[in-house]
Amino acid sequence: MSHSERAATFVADAERTRWHDESLWFVRERRDRAADAVPDWEALRDEAAGIKRHALSRLPALWEEFETAARRRGVRVHWAVDAEEHNRIVLDLLRERGVGRVVKSKSMLTEECGLNPALEAAGVEVVDTDLGERIVQLRREPPSHIVLPAIHLRKEEVGELFAEQLGSPPGLADPTELTRVARRHLRERFHAAEAGITGVNFAVAETGGLVICTNEGNADLGTALPPLHVASVGLEKIVPRMADVAVFLRLLARSATGQAITAYTSHYHGPAAPGRELHLVVVDNGRSRLLAHPSLWESLACIRCGACLNTCPVFRRSGGHSYATPVPGPIGSVLAPAREPAGHASLPHACSLCGSCADVCPVRIPLHHQLLTHRAELLASGLRPGRRRRALALAAAVLERPRLFAALGWLARRVGRRLPALLLERLGAPWSRGRALPELPRESFRALHARRSRRDGR
Amino acid sequence: MRVALFVPCYVDQLRPEVGVAALDLLEEQGVAVDYPPAQGCCGQPFLNAGARDAARRLAARWVHVFAGYDFVVTPSGSCAAMLRGHLPRLVETPEAGALASRTRELCEFLVEDLGVASLPGRRAGRVALHASCHALRELRLGSPSETREPPRRDPARVLLEGLDGLELVPLSRPDECCGFGGLFAVEEEAVSCRMGLDRLGDHRAAGAEWVTSTDVSCLLHLDGLARRHGLPLRALHVAELLASREAP
Repeated sequence: MSHSERAATFVADAERTRWHDESLWFVRERRDRAADAVPDWEALRDEAAGIKRHALSRLPALWEEFETAARRRGVRVHWAVDAEEHNRIVLDLLRERGVGRVVKSKSMLTEECGLNPALEAAGVEVVDTDLGERIVQLRREPPSHIVLPAIHLRKEEVGELFAEQLGSPPGLADPTELTRVARRHLRERFHAAEAGITGVNFAVAETGGLVICTNEGNADLGTALPPLHVASVGLEKIVPRMADVAVFLRLLARSATGQAITAYTSHYHGPAAPGRELHLVVVDNGRSRLLAHPSLWESLACIRCGACLNTCPVFRRSGGHSYATPVPGPIGSVLAPAREPAGHASLPHACSLCGSCADVCPVRIPLHHQLLTHRAELLASGLRPGRRRRALALAAAVLERPRLFAALGWLARRVGRRLPALLLERLGAPWSRGRALPELPRESFRALHARRSRRDGR
Repeated sequence: MRVALFVPCYVDQLRPEVGVAALDLLEEQGVAVDYPPAQGCCGQPFLNAGARDAARRLAARWVHVFAGYDFVVTPSGSCAAMLRGHLPRLVETPEAGALASRTRELCEFLVEDLGVASLPGRRAGRVALHASCHALRELRLGSPSETREPPRRDPARVLLEGLDGLELVPLSRPDECCGFGGLFAVEEEAVSCRMGLDRLGDHRAAGAEWVTSTDVSCLLHLDGLARRHGLPLRALHVAELLASREAP
């Protein structure tokens, strides 16, 4: 199924589309006000873009530096070439220690790797502890947004879900009450957990430290209580120095939700206490291949703030699930087809090329131009429908011959002006399914101009 | 100064009066304007569809037709953005690069190159200016709401604001896309139409009678939606609005 088919289903619910759009636009406006509060917002974006591109240009050296420093702090570093190896490493760590219950804070990487299904298949209970993530986990569906995983749901729907699965009183729709229900439920899971799994926002090469940002403190609790902390990080998340983190922390929460900073910004330098363990799994899963691409490599600068999702007029009206990929929206439409072109060939076309994503991006990824690159590569590799390629070839053949184009235009307008409106509309579908066709003028500009020149004696 | 008018293919066939209005506005400023009849598509639809070879052939043809002019002016922010931004990477000749830098959107040419501060005369009406995404975010005609760059003026706004009698009403989302997007309009029909209807809703809430823009493509989409849904809003290109004013 293509993005447009899934999007049409979402749009068909006009009311849901309205508040989905308005909720995310509200976040975008909060982000705008937060950007206003920083005097040198554009300079900060330049700085962040520069640091990321620099880091991406020397990943091997930075990771070696990181590993040396992290080992010294008692961190065990593992390397996973793909999702499968990542899941195996995590599962082995859990098995070796007889872990059956795990709490996990938000990590798009573990979504990408399909860690939850892999652990569940092995009999390990995994509980997502971010509130939004827990909601979608209880619904057995993927997150629809990388920062706001349950943004596609109404609070009433969450109330129904909690009543059904967590035994809360039916009809609960007050966000504070719902949060209390979730907190009581999660607290039991935190206490019972034998390991905590987290993502990582920044790995710092010079210190061997990890930075994890959350608003709910769930990563902190999930790593403070159990004896084992397993953190998963993508190859691209490394920055050279601690000082660089400051640049990103000023941008991350402002771009994501319009907060000055996330409620919790936690720095991990080795295991929490003697006798505890901290393992880091560094995952490639197609990243080094993307790094080799002449232009798409820049998408690896992404810090997963979600600003491009919030600003995207298509995402706001089609919902995250329409992208059918762990990271949806503009950045997802760049990343997913880079990893698996055939499975995500429609995503680069789910874009009106408005360019808002590129202007909102804190690390200046030229997202909409990258989608154009994808479009060209998908067409060249034959992954677009054959009729589309034939139609484009035919249109080009006509447009390369302006006199033929003028003649065909004349004919089409002449015939079009005489056809019954209903027939014309059927011929004009899908343009004219939702829109009235333009009234066809008698003459083209070319013809009008020729007459005007004769009149003026030119 | 040798100035050529580039009338994009869909304007030529579907809204020729926009080309006429552009010509009128330029001639009113005393500019002698050529309309090279050999002109054709600049290649943008093909570039956007990923058909780079076809786009390159059309763009090269376009360069051949317009080379030698001091300026190429077009009543389309989108085509101007294609030519200024993408042409030099598509056709890698010094000629193409130079021509790209001499290509102008109509209002941009009037305000920035000719120094027109305002046009004399009156034009009644309540109008909202729909920012064309490509004029705004590719050509940087104005300040995108996402950025905190030093403010840039939007030439279309300058001219509309300077017009006597015209009431320019603000939109709640200043630069939201209308959902046209070329092939996107048919490939993602449902989302495209929803975006357009939301955009029209913003115009109605602002009390606008007219939607205006530097781009005919956005306007064909919005006008088609307004007429299909019986909304009391009509679309008029900036050039038409400016050219149809009453003499002082």
